[in-house]
Amino acid sequence: MNFLTVIQILLFIGLVGGSFFVAIRKFKEIYDNVNKGRPEHIPSTFFFRLKSMLLIAFGQKKMFKLTFPAFLHLVIYVSFVITQIELIEIFIDGFTGNHRILYHAFEGNALEKLYVFVINFIEILSLLTFFVTILFILRRTTFKVRRFQMPELKGWPWKDALLILAFELTLIIFIFMMNSGDSALEMKEHGKDYGFLLSGLFGNMLTGLPNGALFFIEKTGWWGHLCMVMTFLVYLPYSKHLHILLAFPNTYFTRPEPKGEIHNMPAIMHEVTSMIDPSYKVPATDGEIKFGAKDVYDLSWKSLLDAYSCTECGRCTAACPANITGKKLSPRKIMMDTRDRMEDLTRGRKLHGPDFTDNKSLLGDYITKEELRACTTCNACVEECPVSINPLTIILELRRNMIMEEADSPPEWNNMFSNMENNQAPWQFSPSDRLNWANEMN
Amino acid sequence: MQYKVPVMSEMVAEGKIPDVVFWIGCAGSFDQRAQRVTIAFTKILNQLQINFAVLGTEEACTGDPARRAGNEFIFQMLAQQNVATLNNYGVKKIVCTCPHCFNIIKNEYPQLGGNYEVIHHSQYLQQLLNEGKLKVEGGVFKGKRITYHDSCYLGRANGIYEAPRDVIEALDADLVEINKCRTTGLCCGAGGAQMWKEDEPGRKRINEERTEQLMEVYPDIIAVACPYCNTMITDGVKGKEKQDDIKVVDIAELISKANSY
Ligand code: SF4
Ligand code: SF4
Repeated sequence: MNFLTVIQILLFIGLVGGSFFVAIRKFKEIYDNVNKGRPEHIPSTFFFRLKSMLLIAFGQKKMFKLTFPAFLHLVIYVSFVITQIELIEIFIDGFTGNHRILYHAFEGNALEKLYVFVINFIEILSLLTFFVTILFILRRTTFKVRRFQMPELKGWPWKDALLILAFELTLIIFIFMMNSGDSALEMKEHGKDYGFLLSGLFGNMLTGLPNGALFFIEKTGWWGHLCMVMTFLVYLPYSKHLHILLAFPNTYFTRPEPKGEIHNMPAIMHEVTSMIDPSYKVPATDGEIKFGAKDVYDLSWKSLLDAYSCTECGRCTAACPANITGKKLSPRKIMMDTRDRMEDLTRGRKLHGPDFTDNKSLLGDYITKEELRACTTCNACVEECPVSINPLTIILELRRNMIMEEADSPPEWNNMFSNMENNQAPWQFSPSDRLNWANEMN
Repeated sequence: MQYKVPVMSEMVAEGKIPDVVFWIGCAGSFDQRAQRVTIAFTKILNQLQINFAVLGTEEACTGDPARRAGNEFIFQMLAQQNVATLNNYGVKKIVCTCPHCFNIIKNEYPQLGGNYEVIHHSQYLQQLLNEGKLKVEGGVFKGKRITYHDSCYLGRANGIYEAPRDVIEALDADLVEINKCRTTGLCCGAGGAQMWKEDEPGRKRINEERTEQLMEVYPDIIAVACPYCNTMITDGVKGKEKQDDIKVVDIAELISKANSY
């Protein structure tokens, strides 16, 4: 093994090791954040969970409500997954200082054909993805798709979306540099190339270049590819693209209840029962009872996982009746605010220690009461979400806090509450008149 | 036919047990428009000689608007009172003309100890049609264009999309679907206690938007299955000054009218 190979192996180990270290630290942070949420039992069977995950995350069932974007997204998704197969060889080569170790191991036997087939598959998909990515960039920048033009996407989310598309393009260019340069070299040295369709073609055009240049192209492609993948790994947990991983657990834990059902509040249930029946013994509860959610960690862990899983696609917001008619409420913003709040708190804790507070809260400082009041609880957002996110649960928990802890409700609602309390109806009618309609039967 | 409204307490006093309780709901009891739907459905029950009862003055609001507005205390007070009443009478089966009552009794009362078979009147009518007990005489609606507005608390909330459509299709009319129907149906704007307050500031009201969507297919009738949708869409149609051309009608009224009950 020569000196250069040793340096390369060390560089490789440093790059991969360092990236994994940084990424895993961040993933752990996210895991801890989700675990800080309130407990919630999700009453579903293993079979239901598996089915939800396979259909919704793996099968992208919900995406196909909009066929064209679903198809484009599918191309990128499949290509992303398949391209990783090539990484296996890159990793082995990187760790051992070899070059195309799998090809050479398979050369001459039946597996060679399979190898070439896989690479061809990757290359054709990559080329397709190249064009799809350009379409996606145009869709974000030139075609005015309403759900990509909303205020909550200004700034970082906007850059995030474009950055990742730029990553994608660069990655594909590197893949082709790597394979084409290599094919050309192989051609010149052995008189025949690997048999890759696309990169063989490109390689053929490059054979006029000196071997040194080809070597440079190949190595740039190889290292470039690796660097992009590692950058992506480190970048992922800071981005909406985290959904490529979290879509799986999040759909696995899809809530099985009918969408119309909202969660009971046992503490209040017991309290009211004991008011009605003084002999009723209220079961002991541990810790202080807070009504609803004022801040992120008052939400259930599932809501927090929801927030980290959000793709920022805006399908929820595009279906939201309040948003469509120009109200401030946007269910996508609810999810983004929840995640941003957790991230802000995490940053604060890192700088100022575990007891960090900033006198802010999700309710009020991130999500305004006007937004909360606008929700009709119609479930359109829940229905549309391609990764089983439920913005409505968060809205309702915040509303509970706003109404019961802060006693901040619009005057019309206060009227409604007192009617319900006094007349057992939301309007001011006497309970004794409930059956008056019957007088008009005949 | 002399229509009767049997009341639970009186029936029990006479030693009779109804097969099903008709849960009227606050809108059905007090709102003038919704009262017409209550009456229409009661007439159907009478005509089919169904052994039913109403709770009368013992019924209280289910607590839905309070719970969805965020006031759990008021919800719990009303809901526990209702559960006590229903359990006291040993009620097994409930039919509701209001999707909000239907949803909350079916999905949220069990946690409070209230376990009943709960169905919405669209499902009940569908069953009666399928069993051949309910026969619909055509005629009145012949050639009319009817579109159906999905109520959130039937559709997305509980997955009931076909029952109301089956009821409409039993009539001699054309059911025309709008673009945004079933899972993509837009809310009328009343849910989540919005019924009791003004819309938040915005470009337009939700019911206006929804009415425009419904008017795209030039219906003669907009069929609804919820008293709040009924109010909201009726207001929307009035806002467009189309109340003479387009009627907003509950599916129970369609049936009772078709059969001239
Ligand atoms: S449930 Fe609320 S936030 Fe979700 S779509 Fe309906 S109105 Fe919008
Ligand atoms: S909540 Fe779901 S639908 Fe809404 S932006 Fe996030 S991923 Fe898209």
